[in-house]
Amino acid sequence: MANNKKKKATPVQQEYQKLAKQIEPKRPIFKNCLRAFLSGGAICVIGQAIQEMFVHWGGFDEKKASNPTVAVLILISVILTSLGVYDKIAQWAGAGSAVPVTGFANSMASAAIEHRSEGLVLGVGGKMFKLAGPVIVFGTVAAFFVGIVTFVFKGTGGGH
Amino acid sequence: MIFLWAFLVGGAICVFGQICFDAFKLTPAHTMTLLVVLGAIADGLGLYDPLVQFAGAGASVPITSFGNALVHGALEELQKDGWIGVITGIFKVTSAGISAAIIFSFLAALMVKPKG
Repeated sequence: MANNKKKKATPVQQEYQKLAKQIEPKRPIFKNCLRAFLSGGAICVIGQAIQEMFVHWGGFDEKKASNPTVAVLILISVILTSLGVYDKIAQWAGAGSAVPVTGFANSMASAAIEHRSEGLVLGVGGKMFKLAGPVIVFGTVAAFFVGIVTFVFKGTGGGH
Repeated sequence: MIFLWAFLVGGAICVFGQICFDAFKLTPAHTMTLLVVLGAIADGLGLYDPLVQFAGAGASVPITSFGNALVHGALEELQKDGWIGVITGIFKVTSAGISAAIIFSFLAALMVKPKG
């Protein structure tokens, strides 16, 4: 897409883009990656701790415990989003707070809260999936094709 | 030990996301979408389950596990009900995550006023 834009631009525009690129502050990739690593890892460790609790006291086995774990993380994330804390964490953590499932919940909760003034149906109901929608749509379509491919190659015996 | 691996693997997946943000200039929505699709494909190839075994929440907390869970549901029902199971089973495993996110977000929107 970026290349297409470049071709259509007039020489003046091209020069401007070059200039803009020079002046644009360089993103501190290494620092951002380090922050993402630490915060993302920390969220996963919290998730692991919750999972161990479900295994020890909730009577879930290792495999089944991941579902309630995700639900608890989502609840925590929605509460932190409501208090305005999650956005502050996200500013520091970048992808470290966006990639875990808590980021998914944060995107839904913040969209729902933000558009509350537009009404319950069109605002909260309609805008909640603004960011989460693409994830669900592409995840579902990808899962469908993976399922079909498995069916074609392995029949109904596929799966894990 | 599982905690260390959870930290390392979960952190590594987040670094991948950060590189997509910074180096490839992808939007968060594009990055999440990419990760979910990668998770779905990895499970289709049978790679994701061993990773979860190895890293625990390090693999099951990042959004890639959402794609993994979608495929899991589809394949489970595929075994049980044949080809139609691919459609009927997709949301079977992810129900907890999606339901929780919808319900809690809705309740939060009822109770909280937007800031800023």
